[in-house]
Amino acid sequence: MMKFKRFKEIIGFGSLILSAVIVVLILGIMIFDIAAKGFEAISLKFLIDFPREGMTKGGIFPVIIGTIFVTIMTTLFSIPLGVSAAIYLSEYAKEGRFTRFVRAAIRNLAGIPSIVYGLFGVAIFVQGLNFGTSVLSSGLTLGLLTLPWIIATSEEALKTVPQDYREGALALGATKWQAIRSNVLPYAFPGILTSSILGLSRAAGETAPILFTGVVFYLPWLPGSVFDQFMALPYHIYILSTQHHAIDLVRPLAYGTTLVLIAIVFMLNLAAIILRYQLGRKYKK
Amino acid sequence: MKRIKEKAIYFFFFFTGILAVIILLGIFLMLLLNGLQTFKDVRFSDFFFGTVWNPSAYKESSYGILSMVVSTFMVTLGAMVIAVPLGIGTATYIAEIASERIKNFLRSVIGILAGIPSVVIGFIGIVLVGPFIAKVFNLSSGLNALNGSILLAAMSLPTIISISEEAIREVPKNYKVASYALGANRWTTLVRVTIPAAFSGIIVSIMLGIGRAIGETMTVLMVTGNAPAMPHSFFDSVRTMTATIAIEMGEVPYGTTHYYSLFAIGAVLFLISLGVNLVAELVTAKYRGAK
Repeated sequence: MMKFKRFKEIIGFGSLILSAVIVVLILGIMIFDIAAKGFEAISLKFLIDFPREGMTKGGIFPVIIGTIFVTIMTTLFSIPLGVSAAIYLSEYAKEGRFTRFVRAAIRNLAGIPSIVYGLFGVAIFVQGLNFGTSVLSSGLTLGLLTLPWIIATSEEALKTVPQDYREGALALGATKWQAIRSNVLPYAFPGILTSSILGLSRAAGETAPILFTGVVFYLPWLPGSVFDQFMALPYHIYILSTQHHAIDLVRPLAYGTTLVLIAIVFMLNLAAIILRYQLGRKYKK
Repeated sequence: MKRIKEKAIYFFFFFTGILAVIILLGIFLMLLLNGLQTFKDVRFSDFFFGTVWNPSAYKESSYGILSMVVSTFMVTLGAMVIAVPLGIGTATYIAEIASERIKNFLRSVIGILAGIPSVVIGFIGIVLVGPFIAKVFNLSSGLNALNGSILLAAMSLPTIISISEEAIREVPKNYKVASYALGANRWTTLVRVTIPAAFSGIIVSIMLGIGRAIGETMTVLMVTGNAPAMPHSFFDSVRTMTATIAIEMGEVPYGTTHYYSLFAIGAVLFLISLGVNLVAELVTAKYRGAK
């Protein structure tokens, strides 16, 4: 009996370790495959050249620029609004039924499928406000998508500010807003910045919300204004791997583009981690 | 003057604060108003219980969404069969067994996995998982429901693991100590005491994982083959609700029944994800209340 129990324990813990190993392998195999095959496709020319000969040759320069452009648009929209909403929830709102309702709405917003945001973008930005399929429409749609994330994580950052900081300022005769501006925001700044960067790295990789709000497969020029259409890395990967007329021929380009997208997402994540560390040290002193 | 300024600032923040509510209602209303236009031409029962989706048929177009609803749930179910045991196993390992260093390593692995764009996961499905499935099961193509399930499992794992792990970690220590004192070994304590105590958190993690899988678009669009028919097995090519919107929205003429029907599908998706979230909320609230 004792022996059987011991046996069961070994099998049990073994299977737990095994599941963790499988999770690591899932990521490892993905990264390894993309890195190994992507590196072969990437050169300086690939990064700074336009696509040529029906996408079978050349580079992805306008694709990278398009993704950066639309991500900046997203930032301009979602960060001011998201951080303001977080300030309301953390500094002004009184806990009660109404605030709980607002928080529930934010959580539900985060759970809405990205393709539904795409539909909303079509109905409101592309057609309703007549922005057309453009960087603006896509940026706003992605902004809505990242908003719940920015609000939730910024609020968390604001919650870490010690209560004394607020009370100290108020005791010296500062108004509520003065206290927030001079004492609360600077302290929460590193956390807000970090989470904002993470939110943007998600927006940069999203495809479904931009599908019908502004992204196109090929443009012979760079987008010049926010009302232009644009190319984007995730959509480029989608087309190269599923819709292209010579799929096997462009496979290396698809790998290269995928590696570039992953590298951008990783670099943003790394920047967030480093910033949190550096700024965290500076402000805590 | 100062007071007016403070009031103005307050109202600004208040407005941005309730913006989320306005957006949520706005999305719902937009889906509803556009989606309901479908039913000028299509009978309610034909839409929800019809199995044939062929809006651009030459003679008689049909708008039955049942096949794609079944496809969505089938792919999601497959994903959960894979992701739930794997996720809970990993979460338990991180929370209860792993050393500090392995813990940190696994947490960053999960963080990275969560950050990988869905289109990249779909790409992996095409270049790695698809050929693998075709070879193992001797099929002509590996683009089917099984492929979609495997990828969606990978996508919902980070959600399931991180939330379950938190729940397991939060189980009070004296539960375990009491169990040891009664002579239970570590495994029995884990299965009979710790996991049941963390059960509601685990349920929440699974619900959110399901929500993520149902709403995912790009991965399923890329790897499930997209045949708009009622699926019979996991080796069939399937087309989910999200994929249908993604495929057809780009080409559909504005203001047609076909256009509105895509919003109706969006409304169904919206309500499903709202329902899934609501269950998660209720479980969380009940759990908080019990504490």
